[in-house]
Amino acid sequence: MREKELEKLKDYKYGFSTDIENFKAPKGLNEDVIKFISNIKKEPKWLLDWRLKAYNRVKVLKEPNWQKPKYPKIDYQDLYYYSAPKSFKEKPKSLDELDPKLIETYNKLGIPLNEQKRLNGIAVDAVFDSVSVATTFKDTLTEKGIIFCSISEAIQKHPDLVKKYLGSVIPITDHYFATLNSAVFTDGSFVYIPPGVRCPMELSTYFRINASDTGQFERTLIIADKGSYVSYLEGCTAPMRDENQLHAANVELIALDDAEIKYSTVQNWYPGDKDGKGGIYNFVTKRGLCKGKNSKISWTQVETGSAITWKYPSCILQGDNSVGEFYSIAITNNHQKADTGTKMIHLGKNTKSKIISKGISAGFSDMTYRGLVDISPKSENSSNYTQCDSLLMGNKCGAHTIPYIKNKNSNSNIAHEATTSKISDEQLHYCQQRGLNSEEAVSLIVNGFCKEVLQQLPMEFAVEAQKLVGISLEGSVG
Amino acid sequence: MENFKTDFEKTLKESNLSEKEIAFKNLNAMEFSKQGFPNRKIEDWKFSDINQIIKKEIGELSFYNAQSNETDVDEDVLVSEIKHNKLIFINGQLVQTDFRSEEKSKIEFLDNQNDIEQRSVENSLINLNNALANKSYKLLIKKNYQIKHPLIIYHISNNKVTSQNINLKINFELEENSSLKMIDLVKDKANKNFINIFYNFSLEKNSVLKNYKIDQFENNNIRYMFNNIKQSSNSVSETFYLSKGSTFSKNEITCDLKGEYSSAFVNGIFSLDKDKHHEIKAKINHLVENTKSYQLVKSVLENKSVSVYQGKIYVDSKAQKTDGYQLSKAILVDETTEFNAKPELEIYADDVKCSHGSASGSLDENSIFYLMSRGLSYKEARELLINGFLVEVINQITDEPIKKLIKNLYGLKNEY
Repeated sequence: MREKELEKLKDYKYGFSTDIENFKAPKGLNEDVIKFISNIKKEPKWLLDWRLKAYNRVKVLKEPNWQKPKYPKIDYQDLYYYSAPKSFKEKPKSLDELDPKLIETYNKLGIPLNEQKRLNGIAVDAVFDSVSVATTFKDTLTEKGIIFCSISEAIQKHPDLVKKYLGSVIPITDHYFATLNSAVFTDGSFVYIPPGVRCPMELSTYFRINASDTGQFERTLIIADKGSYVSYLEGCTAPMRDENQLHAANVELIALDDAEIKYSTVQNWYPGDKDGKGGIYNFVTKRGLCKGKNSKISWTQVETGSAITWKYPSCILQGDNSVGEFYSIAITNNHQKADTGTKMIHLGKNTKSKIISKGISAGFSDMTYRGLVDISPKSENSSNYTQCDSLLMGNKCGAHTIPYIKNKNSNSNIAHEATTSKISDEQLHYCQQRGLNSEEAVSLIVNGFCKEVLQQLPMEFAVEAQKLVGISLEGSVG
Repeated sequence: MENFKTDFEKTLKESNLSEKEIAFKNLNAMEFSKQGFPNRKIEDWKFSDINQIIKKEIGELSFYNAQSNETDVDEDVLVSEIKHNKLIFINGQLVQTDFRSEEKSKIEFLDNQNDIEQRSVENSLINLNNALANKSYKLLIKKNYQIKHPLIIYHISNNKVTSQNINLKINFELEENSSLKMIDLVKDKANKNFINIFYNFSLEKNSVLKNYKIDQFENNNIRYMFNNIKQSSNSVSETFYLSKGSTFSKNEITCDLKGEYSSAFVNGIFSLDKDKHHEIKAKINHLVENTKSYQLVKSVLENKSVSVYQGKIYVDSKAQKTDGYQLSKAILVDETTEFNAKPELEIYADDVKCSHGSASGSLDENSIFYLMSRGLSYKEARELLINGFLVEVINQITDEPIKKLIKNLYGLKNEY
């Protein structure tokens, strides 16, 4: 039995689960559970009211069903909406008080929470199931006036900022999953960069789903004040379980005048086994608002995990001269499904957006790029460039491109290009002739295909992502 | 919908139909009254809400078509430049057939062919057509026969009809090694009607279809046209749209490439002004190996007009070696216009070459400057650029005399 499990772990090395006692809210979705979550987090009344308002809308909303990957109906009453390690009933004051099992878990994942051990100087906020367990490098950041903490802490310590910006990009009147998140979100990260500050290190959140039957609903809020800059990384893993788990996060970014936010994701949730059993449903809403003049938001994502990925990190280009960018690599293998892309909504003058999307599908998987470029009548002199390329390996998989293009301004330009192809025999032959075996050759070619996107990632992430690209496609050739 | 029910019953009573046909019509009528006109909520109609447009432009629509006996064909509307065969429809009713210049035994035109397709359709406008088109026609081109002169189908309406729904359905069968070239010419004098035309094409081995649809002349009708093409091996279909005259027009084409080495070409021009809203929706299904499709659609938009292009290439997992291409371009001449596109790829085979491109923007100021510096007026420079932009599509037409005719109709000089 044990050996069997070890065998399984070979494929997905983050697939272990931590045996830790959990403290959970009662199963099911109702007002009491929401009150329970709000109560345990000692939230102010306005937030509870806000959650309940969202919940009332969830009750009447229907789940969207236009997406390409269909999934069995989720029983929302059969989920735990709050799960925390028992030692968290009273939040530990410092890392020393943290349950050693948790520290071990993160060490196993390659995310040491002890600052001394870290060489690469990235501040990490680690989220375990429903709560944030640790945030590192706090002192260095506080010196500069940067706030980087869990959102629960921010609600307590910086209520004005949270109240002002929470829900300003993803309102509680949004679609089903976003609204559900607003009602039941448990934790997540909060970042505020004060005016004129360039954040000296990469900020990072590490998400981990551990408990079974748990939905993870985290909420991230990043505010870059005038003239500031921040680069933010997000990584995710989950244990291997036979049932599907729901992950419905909301991420809101707000960039004020001259500010820039760079948001990178390497998503490696458990994708399910070879026959498509188990895996995470990754239904995430990510939206950035370029609120101020000359602001810039850039999304970079490497999506290799999850049974179903369904997300569209978007930019609302409201401020004049604002810039939105989206770089994406999505890889699906075995029975994975992905429906991902972006929305670029041009409202301000002289706004620019760029979309580079690379999709690779292998095995029995299905991959869809779905995107919207909307240039409104007042958005003069704006431009968009979109390129989406798909690579297919084998004829049991699918690759689809569904772009929506709306140009309502005559002074604005939209250019869109898409191609679908396979790795040509010539390319393979050339590499093999020079001594690579076929898997190495494919990995090399795929990495070249993805280069434009990989270049956008911060150094440490790029190395990891490059490896991940190779691993995800293992066994898909031949 | 009350209107529809009473008008449908009235139509049914007056027609002389078999029980089977009545059942078929009833079924379709039921489906249509359930669905109604398509609206924005349906994905295919996202950009063009025909329900709203009919309400706004026509209001109450009458579905009953009285059998009037039109016989007079105004000679002015006929094309004189080229010798051609004729099918003349006035207000949706056939008044003249002329295949004099073709071999009699090789062409058959049958009216009152009430074919009953049992397969259900997810398109309420086809349901409407099936329920109300009082006759459906069939044109058969027999084996090894190449049509000598093009067939022009005249879609004429006169001012006797208004706020009417006109339905027309024709099936075309091209047997092995045959060919057909045809022009659909819209000449409307009537106002505010909803015209719904449904063509079925069946292309056997090695057959060639060339279909040119010309909606050039100013009229304020609402038009929907659906072309359903099924292609066997080695067949070629070429469809060209000049989308200009009607207030609203949606041309839909579905092309099933069912035989190896078959190919489909769809080309279109939108040249719109004055609040017009036109759409082309093309779906090419590559179902077997070694098939090819090519789509090119260009728009020039002025004065509050809107054009929509929805193109989809579907490649089945069996359809290796597919070559699919889509390009849509638009010039937004002034700031009141809108261009929407949804160029889709849905691909399940790996050894394929599929790509699409879409570009939209304003007229290039540098080019205008260049031309004006060489002595052209602003207006001339603009016209030259626009015509040059559009003529690329017209030059895709493979039939020389027809290309010339269309250039003439569009008002392009020969030097283009």
